Amino acid sequence: MSASDRLISAGNGQPLVSIKDLSKTFVLGKSIVRRILGKKPEYLRAVHGVNLDIYQGEALGLVGESGCGKTTLGRCILRLYEPDQGQVLVGGQNVMEMHGPALREMRRRMQIIFQDPYSSLNPRQRVRHMLAEACSVHKVCPPAELNEHVRYLLNIVGLGPDVADRFPHELSGGQRQRVNLARALAVEPQFVVADEPVSALDVSIQAQVVNLLMELQERLHLTMLFITHDLRLVHYVSHRVAVMYLGSIVELGPSEPLFARPLHPYSKALLAALPKVDPRVRARAPAIKGEPPSPINIPPGCPFHPRCGLANNQCKAETPPLTEKEPGHLAACFMV
Amino acid sequence: MPDVLQIENLRTHFFTSDGVVKAVDGISFSVAEAQVLGLVGESGSGKSMTCRSIMRVIPAPGKIIDGHIYYQGQDVLAWPESRLTQFRGREVSMILQEPMTALNPVLTIGDQIVETIVQHENVSRREAQARAVNSMKRVGIPAAERRLKEYPHQFSGGMRQRAMIAIALACKPKVLLADEPTTALDVTIQDQIIRLVQELQQDLGMSVVWVTHDLGVVAQLCHRVAVMYAGKIFELTDVFELFENSRHPYTRGLMHSIPAGASRDGKLASIPGQPPNLLDLAPGCPFAPRCSYTKDRCRAEEIVLRPVSAGHYSSCLRFEEIWN
Repeated sequence: MSASDRLISAGNGQPLVSIKDLSKTFVLGKSIVRRILGKKPEYLRAVHGVNLDIYQGEALGLVGESGCGKTTLGRCILRLYEPDQGQVLVGGQNVMEMHGPALREMRRRMQIIFQDPYSSLNPRQRVRHMLAEACSVHKVCPPAELNEHVRYLLNIVGLGPDVADRFPHELSGGQRQRVNLARALAVEPQFVVADEPVSALDVSIQAQVVNLLMELQERLHLTMLFITHDLRLVHYVSHRVAVMYLGSIVELGPSEPLFARPLHPYSKALLAALPKVDPRVRARAPAIKGEPPSPINIPPGCPFHPRCGLANNQCKAETPPLTEKEPGHLAACFMV
Repeated sequence: MPDVLQIENLRTHFFTSDGVVKAVDGISFSVAEAQVLGLVGESGSGKSMTCRSIMRVIPAPGKIIDGHIYYQGQDVLAWPESRLTQFRGREVSMILQEPMTALNPVLTIGDQIVETIVQHENVSRREAQARAVNSMKRVGIPAAERRLKEYPHQFSGGMRQRAMIAIALACKPKVLLADEPTTALDVTIQDQIIRLVQELQQDLGMSVVWVTHDLGVVAQLCHRVAVMYAGKIFELTDVFELFENSRHPYTRGLMHSIPAGASRDGKLASIPGQPPNLLDLAPGCPFAPRCSYTKDRCRAEEIVLRPVSAGHYSSCLRFEEIWN
């Protein structure tokens, strides 16, 4: 256990990022065609009343199925989407109220790595240009030292200096994701949102990039929000894990106990559905029936109640709050 | 159990303007009746092209240049197009990774199932319609009578894959080729589809070739496994032997790179380097540049599948030295 692990598990750390009651709803169907047809707009509730603290030096995993709102939450924190309500405090300052130079400085401190290493790099720029641009916009180093800094950045992500003069199409998926990582780190951020950073890569390459990400996180004392749908990966990478379902966090706790003894019925089902890498342990029936409801039509009460074996009348009517069930281990369920 | 499919020394090459890509390069395996064979590999290993070769639907500029594909003892490569039309969908069916691109967006799901049945069997549309409803119920699509009249865009990802399976199984084929059918799906939906295929496979006594890169899926579903890399089979064995007693460094590397379920417990064992460029393959074992056991002979000698024990084959030139 490293010092940061102890700090976090003891709960003594200071939150670097504090998310308070964050919500984001997308309005669908504002198109002219829909309006002419007289259709009412629909509301997609992507993130609903999320409260979350991310501690200094922590890797917090955010896991859930597609459409659960994990990417929207990550982007709202960086204000790549404007949330409808709520606050994001970074070092005590509310990001939502910032503009101008203060916001630009905050953007330097918070960076994102996107999932798709193919569409997130400009195909017409050389790697050197992309890395140097980030540095000069944020004035990270004097112009005379840019080349030196680019070499340093490529070096820490395990790429040779020759990569600086290549175009993205000349690089493999793994190399591109390393360039993305270098670009995020170019401006010396404190907080990085990694949104499915390895899902587009081949299995044998994934482990390389994950190792690099974790090594840099520790070496540079980064605070990280690690968004993924890959349960094995999130378990491995994260100090703490938040499980999301239909826009809400349903369980939050330290990685080990959460994976060993999940509390929320949804987390249990999710873990049971993960195919065991052992042919001697085969399940007969699916872990959970049905599909997640559309986020356009979220059922009242607990969002999970239509698929939950434990649901009773209270679950159908009231939304369970996220409460502490064990020390540091929270779940939003009336039944546990 | 007799073999339904036998592939012998199959070579499917692509003649591109940059050179010849040996997508499938001399592979042999067989699939027994009621057996699930996993084809495991990363992108570009040739697993999808193996399936497409069996269906004889290879996109240009690809060509099968050598080898044999036997379906119940008959050479599929010798068949005229008219015989193939009967073969595809009736005897061997295929489901694909992205059901949205495989389904016709302007036809209802029902019409697409009915079309398959009418194409292959001498039945009336009404009868075919009734069978379509049955096959949709069989794959767990609720309110089948109503959903028959819906279009693919009205289906969720998991339901679309169920619809694909319903179409593929409408004529009760002997073999189902599944090309990463759950890769685009969420884990709970993947779990449902795997259990569904498992149940259907057992009930119908059907053989399945399941293409995947996920060793968890292999462990849960397959009886026998072929591990592919750069167009070649590296290891071929039954599923228990693969997980307990693998005799190939690549297979072992893939297994070790799966996080074992401990938080921040040391480094993940990764395979160094990257998959080879198929346009520019060095002689010898294609895995040699990434393998920690590589000796000079690995860079010189051609690899062939050699027996390890009964039913277990490995292409590693050094497996006897490494694991003895």
